[in-house]
Amino acid sequence: MKITFAEGLAKALYESLAADPRVLLIGSNFMGLNTAAKQLMNPLVSEFSNRIMAAPVSELGLAGAGIGAAMAGRRPVVDINTGSFIFQAFAQVVNEAANVHYMSGGQTSAPVTFYCLAGIRGGGGAQHSHRTQAMLGQVPGLQILTPGSADDAYYLMKWALLESRNPTVFLSHSLLFGETAELVPGAQMLPVGQARIRREGRDVSIIASSITVMRAMAAADELEHKHGISAEVVDLRTIAPLDENTVLQSVARTGRAVIADECHRRFGVAAEIAAILAEEGLALLKAPVRRVTVPDVPIPYSPTLEAELIVTKERIVTGVLRVMGR
Amino acid sequence: MIMSTAATEPLGRMAAMLRIRRFEEQCIRLAQAGQFRGHYHIYIGQEATAVAACAALVAEDFVFTTWRNHGHMLARGAAPERMLAEILGKAGGYAGGKSGTLHLAVRDLGILSTSALVGGTLPLATGAALACKQRGSGITVCFFGDAALEEGALYEAMILASLWQVPILFVCENNTMPPGQRARGQSPSSRLPANRLADIPEALRVTSEEVDGADADALNECLARLAAQVRSSGGPRYVEVHSGRWPGNFLSWPDLPGGEWQIAWAFGQQSDHADLAAWLEQSDPLNRYLRKLVAAGTLDRAQAEAMDERARAEMAGAVRFALDSPYPPPDEAYQHVYAQGGQAR
Repeated sequence: MKITFAEGLAKALYESLAADPRVLLIGSNFMGLNTAAKQLMNPLVSEFSNRIMAAPVSELGLAGAGIGAAMAGRRPVVDINTGSFIFQAFAQVVNEAANVHYMSGGQTSAPVTFYCLAGIRGGGGAQHSHRTQAMLGQVPGLQILTPGSADDAYYLMKWALLESRNPTVFLSHSLLFGETAELVPGAQMLPVGQARIRREGRDVSIIASSITVMRAMAAADELEHKHGISAEVVDLRTIAPLDENTVLQSVARTGRAVIADECHRRFGVAAEIAAILAEEGLALLKAPVRRVTVPDVPIPYSPTLEAELIVTKERIVTGVLRVMGR
Repeated sequence: MIMSTAATEPLGRMAAMLRIRRFEEQCIRLAQAGQFRGHYHIYIGQEATAVAACAALVAEDFVFTTWRNHGHMLARGAAPERMLAEILGKAGGYAGGKSGTLHLAVRDLGILSTSALVGGTLPLATGAALACKQRGSGITVCFFGDAALEEGALYEAMILASLWQVPILFVCENNTMPPGQRARGQSPSSRLPANRLADIPEALRVTSEEVDGADADALNECLARLAAQVRSSGGPRYVEVHSGRWPGNFLSWPDLPGGEWQIAWAFGQQSDHADLAAWLEQSDPLNRYLRKLVAAGTLDRAQAEAMDERARAEMAGAVRFALDSPYPPPDEAYQHVYAQGGQAR
């Protein structure tokens, strides 16, 4: 059956609530400003109202309550809403959730999920467009999920709510809501922590996650048809854990790497992948690694200014042509 | 083992307070001997609060505390030797040396994780109370200092506790009260521009009251009643405990002005240290409670000395255990970053 990213999220939330009475929603605005997608939440809201907590505008309090409830045996997902709002909750996410298991010497765990509608969404401006996976990637103890497809939206959310034993940041993206994928009933999920080769290729590896996966796929099509370049697309799926092996194996086959990532350039996810390639894969490379990322400026409001900064299919194509020496 | 049963009787409460006092003195001695590093916080002068609150709890309840946690831990039933080993960063500690004094926690006692961030504990405790509500049993007690009212986290947690009506008892331990103002309806704090701190929860419809932290019987009555209200109503309550700061606490590093606490001070003898003598008289819940029990004929000096001897011996044994415990091997630094099972690859 074909599902959209938004349907995958709603289905995962519904099935998790139905499967485990410990699952708890703290806030329920998972679909953000998308009024059509909001309708997908209706069955869940009417059926499980006793496990959906009303959420005032208190990101810090809500995040902390989610952690506390998780430590005390529940499996909550906290709706942080727009991804930039996780800064309001940073003290709890970074300095409490991530440290609980370690500080207690393994006595206590906090299987809480923080759901963020992250990313440059069009008109969000400087305060509603953050991608926090790189910043949060600096926090040992957190799991960071960055689905780039509808099936992963479903599988990763369900895994976070029903199986994970650690605090998890789920980075959703409103521009992915309409993306579709085939969901095979009863199929096994690719294990969490394993990247997926979305498309095989010979000449160059494009390493992507979240919103850049579909743009990398479009770039690979164009490279094949217009330039005769065979590009492999690696979908990281999760930033923590980070699947170094699949990245290195792909680059071993292609000899070239372009990393497409929506974080800022400095100290970003792409910078980390480039460092891994430099340390572990230099002998595999036929050309220097290329990063296609967001320049180090805040995100402006005006459409022309925002368009100047985002990681588009065209910019990924340009990056690949450069590593190919064209 | 949870000690709360014994601590519901006067002699049990006295013994529990004395154990905390003797533990903290040993802790200061170990710090001054260079046996552990980093800053630490001492509960001397606030013992009656932890003992009264924990006496009102049952096994399934949760307790959240702060960097000043030793008294809460002991009153809840934590083993002093494992606490001291943890404070020394030893393998025999509750967290195998990963937490130190600041984050002491014992999951089996319902002390799940201890935050050393001012106000950080309140949202966590509110979440645990939400878990109590969802499972349909148990309450959560959350201890914090008056400085937590300077943090936004406190307001957000109280909004949620009030909105969701979760079973939580907020215990604000205001340990900066000048003795003359302790019994009056005033709540000075070092920086918070409020006349009465208990007005703040009231504004969020969390019923609040104040109690004298030097009066063990008043604390016992108050905290038992509030815990019972939380248990029966399922909603939040707030209490501000007024304590006069122990003179050893005015320093950036704790000290023992006038030396270890003496039984004799409760029997008419004066401490040579003037500030301490005044504090013992006006603000020390232990000194005052011992005098009260003796005056009422509940306890005589010989019994008090025997009780003290047991506490001292227990803490001396805890010190030996902690000193003898090895440091964790370096590889231990890599353990417990993530919980195993259901984990990512």
